[in-house]
Amino acid sequence: MKARVTVTLKTGVLDPQGKAIEGALGSLGLEGVESVRQGKLFDVELKTSDPAEAEETLKAMCEKLLANTVIESYRYEIAG
Amino acid sequence: MPEGTDLVVLPGGFSYGDYLRCGAIAARAPAMDAVRAHAGRGGLVLGICNGFQILVESGLLPGILTRNKGLRFICKSQHLKVGRADTAFTSQYSEGQVIEVCCAHGEGNYFADAETIERLEGEGRVAFRYCDAAGNVGGNANANGSINDIAGIYSENLNVLGMMPHPENLVDAAVGGVDGLALFTALAKAA
Repeated sequence: MKARVTVTLKTGVLDPQGKAIEGALGSLGLEGVESVRQGKLFDVELKTSDPAEAEETLKAMCEKLLANTVIESYRYEIAG
Repeated sequence: MPEGTDLVVLPGGFSYGDYLRCGAIAARAPAMDAVRAHAGRGGLVLGICNGFQILVESGLLPGILTRNKGLRFICKSQHLKVGRADTAFTSQYSEGQVIEVCCAHGEGNYFADAETIERLEGEGRVAFRYCDAAGNVGGNANANGSINDIAGIYSENLNVLGMMPHPENLVDAAVGGVDGLALFTALAKAA
């Protein structure tokens, strides 16, 4: 079973990398960008085929390692 | 830990290539269970630079260290103001003393939620703050953007210290200064 985990910075947490990207987009002449926040994406292959078990595993891996919940939030999608 | 271990030092470096987040993988390595047990018994733990990042990721210290405000790796001499001088780490300094050590990090921007910061400040757990040569805290002296100009913090029982700058780099006149030495003489005394 495949899943995709997305980790993003919580609102209000300073993101200097996102800011730098934002600046670079501006200097490329790409207008119309209000702001950029950088995050992380993980494609995970799970051993189970049971959605409930998959969700449990995903939640545990996000809480224990993939996200640092001091500054980051996470979400995951199970891709059937 | 071998019996009779007085002090565990997590040094600087780039453990696991800083993958995922600085210190994140090392913080979950099996050896950290022993470090946690040592700290739980009241044993002394010192984390410098990447060691500090490992300590926050392992939960032994609160908060997190994020990318420097200006994005650049900072490698320079840095003045620090010593917080309290009644801990095993700082007994050979005096409170408010200004010392000169080294900074060498890309991710030293300390952050924690408002409640945690209030608790750290209220409990006197800020070990060092970034300052200039005259002892003025913050402003341009805080190059990485750390909240409240925090360069190092203690655990609740003051037996765990994490700090971004490197006191161990300035322990001999031959390498440019000796201000870091007192931290280690204090630890030797405490042990």
